[in-house]
Amino acid sequence: MRDILLVFTTNLPEAAAVVLFGIGLGNLILAKNLIRKIIGLNIMDSSVYLFLAAKGYIAGRLAPIIDPSGPVDTSLYIDPIPTGLVLTGIVVSVSVTAFLLALTVRLYERFGTIDIDQILIDLKKIEKQEDEEWT
Amino acid sequence: MSRRSVERHVAEGSKTRIIDRRRYHVLSVLFVVFFIASMLFMVSGLPEFASPDNPADNEVAEKYLEDSIEDTGAVNAVAGMILDYRAFDTLGESCVLYAATICVMLLLSRTRQTYVKEAAGYLPADQIDLRKEKNPLADDAILTVTLRFLIPIILLYGICVVLNGHLSPGGGFSGGAVISGALILYACAHGELEAENMLGRKLYMTLTCAALGTYCVLKGAIFFMAANHIEDHIPKGIPGSLLSGGVIPLLNICVGIVVACTIYGIYLMFMRGGFEK
Repeated sequence: MRDILLVFTTNLPEAAAVVLFGIGLGNLILAKNLIRKIIGLNIMDSSVYLFLAAKGYIAGRLAPIIDPSGPVDTSLYIDPIPTGLVLTGIVVSVSVTAFLLALTVRLYERFGTIDIDQILIDLKKIEKQEDEEWT
Repeated sequence: MSRRSVERHVAEGSKTRIIDRRRYHVLSVLFVVFFIASMLFMVSGLPEFASPDNPADNEVAEKYLEDSIEDTGAVNAVAGMILDYRAFDTLGESCVLYAATICVMLLLSRTRQTYVKEAAGYLPADQIDLRKEKNPLADDAILTVTLRFLIPIILLYGICVVLNGHLSPGGGFSGGAVISGALILYACAHGELEAENMLGRKLYMTLTCAALGTYCVLKGAIFFMAANHIEDHIPKGIPGSLLSGGVIPLLNICVGIVVACTIYGIYLMFMRGGFEK
């Protein structure tokens, strides 16, 4: 338990990222509203970027814009790899968000609601009615 | 099954659903708390934040930092990495954006026939005027006048970020997002029809495809030549000047076009609320 609390002093950004990830996950599985679910997914995405950026940061070093005059001193710059990975992540999350929102628009047109429970109940009703028509 | 028995069945179902729902709530809160606690325990095993002996900061990062200028000619090591060493990764990202535009288009666009058929339910056919579909924000005096000054500045800033991608923080992705912001503001102020006239679906899809194709052919050819030991004779330029970094500025422009067109296109698709002229 003491370890877990100490994390907030030594690894604050990583700990914050983990807590944010949990909040997003909770939002994703608890919210009934589909838009809120999508926001939860976006919070999870952001927490992953925070984690990656925190892993790449080294105290006192600069962004990797290299001074072209003279030989390169690698102890002056932070790790450029996590920065590139975050870029990939942002692009994918933007695409997924757009896709999910478009799906939500279609669901709203079909059912007139974005409450996932209501949609499931309506679906069940439709299925029952179809069964009834069949028999 | 009669209609009443269907309704009773659904009602019984919803009663058990409420109990299920409560159990689901409790279980998922417990799960999330347990998840956060276990992940925090994991984080406590990580090396201290921002320490220089972080194992992630190893010879790979050093290699990128040391050889970036010599290999790629770009002063910005991140641009050199994502547009030269890992150029195919960036191509994949651009293709993901393209796929997202296509998916949104498939989901949200309807043909003129469907729209007319739907509108025919409440309007006589000769009164359906598609041009009257308007944005409530359109022709707002404050917005229009402000944006007349703002849009050129935002566009110039976006272009500057794209062109300086190999010299300063930024590049195709961020610059493209800034440019798309200016385009979206234009669509906000003048309505979607005006925006369609400025940069319609056909044009922005063509631009996206052309940029993706250019990127693919250019970088593919360079990788192919390098793998077969053929000199490509592309001047690297003086590191730090605008025309340096070989093809990196060109690739940045391609990525910028793809990002700007994608975000603008997705916005237009959502704005029109799902019908096609």
